[in-house]
Amino acid sequence: MSAPAGFDELQDLYSKVLRDLARNPAHRGRLENATATARGDNPMCGDRVEIFINLDGPRITEAMFTGRGCEISQASAALLTELVRGKSPAEARALGQAVARLARSGERDETSEDLARLSVFSVVKNFPSRVKCATLAWHALDAALAGVKETSSE
Amino acid sequence: MDTNIASGFDVTRIRQDFPILSTQVRGKPLVFLDSGASAQKPRVVMDAMTRAMETAYANVHRGAYHLSEVATEAHEAARGAVQRFLNAAEPEEIIFTPNATGAFNLVAHSFGRAMLKPGQCVLVSEMEHHANLVPWQMLRDAGLGIGLRFVRVTDAGELDLEDLAAKLADGKVGLVSVTHMSNVLGTVTPAAQIARMAHEAGARVLFDGSQAAVHRAVDVRALDADFYIFTGHKLYGPTGIGVLYGKRALLDAMPPFFGGGDMIETVTLEHSTFAAAPARFEAGTPAIIEAVGLHAAIDYVNAIGMAAIEAHERALVDHAMRALTQVEGLALLGGAQDRGGVFAFTLEGVHPHDLSTYLDRSGICVRAGRHCAEPLHTRFGLEGGSTRASFGLYTTRGEIDFLATKLTDARRFFA
Repeated sequence: MSAPAGFDELQDLYSKVLRDLARNPAHRGRLENATATARGDNPMCGDRVEIFINLDGPRITEAMFTGRGCEISQASAALLTELVRGKSPAEARALGQAVARLARSGERDETSEDLARLSVFSVVKNFPSRVKCATLAWHALDAALAGVKETSSE
Repeated sequence: MDTNIASGFDVTRIRQDFPILSTQVRGKPLVFLDSGASAQKPRVVMDAMTRAMETAYANVHRGAYHLSEVATEAHEAARGAVQRFLNAAEPEEIIFTPNATGAFNLVAHSFGRAMLKPGQCVLVSEMEHHANLVPWQMLRDAGLGIGLRFVRVTDAGELDLEDLAAKLADGKVGLVSVTHMSNVLGTVTPAAQIARMAHEAGARVLFDGSQAAVHRAVDVRALDADFYIFTGHKLYGPTGIGVLYGKRALLDAMPPFFGGGDMIETVTLEHSTFAAAPARFEAGTPAIIEAVGLHAAIDYVNAIGMAAIEAHERALVDHAMRALTQVEGLALLGGAQDRGGVFAFTLEGVHPHDLSTYLDRSGICVRAGRHCAEPLHTRFGLEGGSTRASFGLYTTRGEIDFLATKLTDARRFFA
């Protein structure tokens, strides 16, 4: 179990990067005629993220999201829509798994530009009750890629 | 000053009865403002449970030996304590359940399936905890022809009594099941009046006392409640035990819900007959130690006095109304005339979960989300939830002031 997080960790968690992502996401909105879409709900807190993606052949060409929730869940969704563009579904799922590992343990097992951007979630490990917030959008992405319309963080 | 001299209520002394209140969270004194979810435990409850396990533990109602007789006596003494706490007519009207949710499910399955007729319905309000909603939805959907209706909540967060009367008017309501005190709005409902209206319309009435029983004296006979439910862990007792009060005649007419040991009269391979209430509804080994803990908790609040507890909490409510409404950007949910120590609110620009995380850094425990009352949040346009501060008998005005200060700080932090 990690040591209790203090005020410094709070500043780290709510970094400028995270808060900019949450408040000024580049790809918020519905993607009409999306080839895949799914909604993720956190039934405990009411957070909700809907992911829309377009697949063109083996690649995700577009990704957008709508939703409401805490800054962590919204920042995570915003980053997702930036990073999965140009990725294959398998690569996108792998990024989701990396986010989950980062949020749960802070573990970064490889280096890449994408992972460097995702490292904004590494401090979530000090806030166990917030892991679901960081991973909600990625659960929705997994569901969309699997052809499932709704999923839950529970 | 937190000492209410008139009632002899000294919160500083009372806090010493709760070991956890002298602990620290992240190096800060614990400020526990989530008693609506589950209350902290006084030392006497822990000691009573430990003592029972050390000296008087055996299974109950089934051992022909001294230790089992002692444990059985303690278990039934707890039932008697609950009877007196609710002013029920007799101990047999008290059924122990695992929690309040278990009690609602018992009534839904037993009373609901056996005693409500096709074409009848259950009437709940928009402000119910999910435990007083989902079991009735399941009953409605069981194909028995039993409906479900909803009483509106006013913008002030009170039960709309005109709507209640209108929903009762056609005589089809078989059961009115509403909260005695909202776990979100703090609203105390006019239970005696609701019971009168229900009975005049030919309906039975059930009150969810999970919050109310903690904050105010409850007299089920004065209310003329047919059923009354509360849970042990919110009344400073242990988890794992709840209470269903039911009028004796009703309980006698209701079939069992769970089958198994202890609830039977005779059993053959082909057929069983069932014991009278309360045993009929208490299949299997009950929460023996938890009943002892609940008894100790009831003795504890009785020793302080429910009137003194209520007076202290009324003073806290007045203080909180002043302190919280001075926080810029804070909007309280509801504003009932008669309310208890539960305050749900939103803080402009700060999501409830982010706010809860922020307050936690200062040792403040609050609830964030929808507090198992999702329809009520929808009613007030708050699908994203709210933040809730809820008080116990150990809450101080200083803690409320500290919360107000930190809310202002949080707004600055997230600006």
